[in-house]
Amino acid sequence: MKIDFPHRQFAHCESGVTANLLNYHGLPCSEALAFGIGSGLFFGYVPFVKLNFMPLTTFRIGPGSIFGKATKRLGIEIKKEKFRDPVVAEKHLDSLLAEGRPVGAQTGVYWLPFFPPAYRFHFNGHNLVIIGKEGDDYLISDPIFEEPVRCPASDLRKARFAKGALAPKGKIYYIEKMPASFDLPQAVTAGISEVCRNMLKTPVPLAGVRGIRLLSRRLAKWPNKMSEKDTILNLGHIIRMQEEIGTGGGGFRFLYAAFLQEAAGILENDRLSELSQHCTEIGDLWRDFALLASRVCKGRAAVQDSFDELAQLLRNCADEEEVLFNDLMTVIK
Amino acid sequence: MKKEDVPQQIGLTDGETEVNYAVDGEGNYTLTQSCGWEAKTVALRQAWEAIVDQLQLVLDEIKAGEKSPLAYHMVKSQMDHALLAQYSGVARWRVKRHLRPDVFARLDDAALVPYAKVFNLEVGQVRTVPGQPDVEPFINKNNEVED
Repeated sequence: MKIDFPHRQFAHCESGVTANLLNYHGLPCSEALAFGIGSGLFFGYVPFVKLNFMPLTTFRIGPGSIFGKATKRLGIEIKKEKFRDPVVAEKHLDSLLAEGRPVGAQTGVYWLPFFPPAYRFHFNGHNLVIIGKEGDDYLISDPIFEEPVRCPASDLRKARFAKGALAPKGKIYYIEKMPASFDLPQAVTAGISEVCRNMLKTPVPLAGVRGIRLLSRRLAKWPNKMSEKDTILNLGHIIRMQEEIGTGGGGFRFLYAAFLQEAAGILENDRLSELSQHCTEIGDLWRDFALLASRVCKGRAAVQDSFDELAQLLRNCADEEEVLFNDLMTVIK
Repeated sequence: MKKEDVPQQIGLTDGETEVNYAVDGEGNYTLTQSCGWEAKTVALRQAWEAIVDQLQLVLDEIKAGEKSPLAYHMVKSQMDHALLAQYSGVARWRVKRHLRPDVFARLDDAALVPYAKVFNLEVGQVRTVPGQPDVEPFINKNNEVED
């Protein structure tokens, strides 16, 4: 059986899943809007959490948060469930599908056979929507892909119970009840307000604008602290976190700029269009960073000089983001 | 990023495209397909080359009698002993012991079953390693696609 679920391809998994689920339940919603209302934008440099044995650098908020916050701010009733037993988890999933309910799930990319092999790393924060089952195959709407895909039940089971950092523990989520009406402007304002807080007023120096500055200071020292090989690996790791599938480019900054443009219409505030442009420029700065970093990785640029320049680029990103989010805070007050 | 600047440099996905957000001529954001960007491909390829290097190192260690074949399959699956312990259900300290060639050689088939399941291999295959690292992430499988 298969639910008639309109699949749309998007840049990022969780905001794409959220937008597609909202759309299915009757609220036409773009990915950018889901990302913005769910306060998806972030920066964090967390040296003591390792991903593929290297420090975690993230440009987005943690998994699950976008769906949770976007639905909460829109007054939508949802259900989230985790499981200990894979067999119970699968039975429950099947019964939900039998009711005709599309189900969001958190999975580990490493175990998903429909991913190109080059992308199969141990990353457990990937979201998708399960929209049916035929024989031993699940039918899946994965917003990263152009078309819906198939996945053998045994592989999906492994992906849902992937281990290690961000272990999903069989997590599924779905919409229970939509409200009669939505207060979109209020949801958009709340979404923006939280991102400003996260980027400007975090108590820890690892997050937000302070996190970017911390990375800038640390990165400048890498060539002296690490072997050249490790230096380059760590740099490549940041490029991947920033640009790999799922960010829409520029570490989600372009996706956020698209949201600000949409928000300008919803809140009828032209100032937000200008800030959207500023956010685009910041995305371009991050792209410059990735481009230079990739040249260093390829050995086309001298290491020490480039690292000074890379650190400077990061400082520029931090300075510009500080201005942007201060402006945003003033605008929505 | 402007729409015409969205990079179209074929990467490692072999035909899969992804969505980029870019600004069109009127300044409006649009979703634009991209088949890859060289800067990303460099980083991704480098990550795989690091895995291949590590596998070569492990193969050398196995030949030198310092590690057991289990070490090869573990690294190939991008795991360390802690993650392998979680997946296989074998205690951490035992996984560590099983990485020693002398201990590994004495293990019977039953002890290797949990590992074989994780690696998707036959028990016999867990005991053997190839002469060269056999990782080929750049070859794409044909995905079955549902309309």
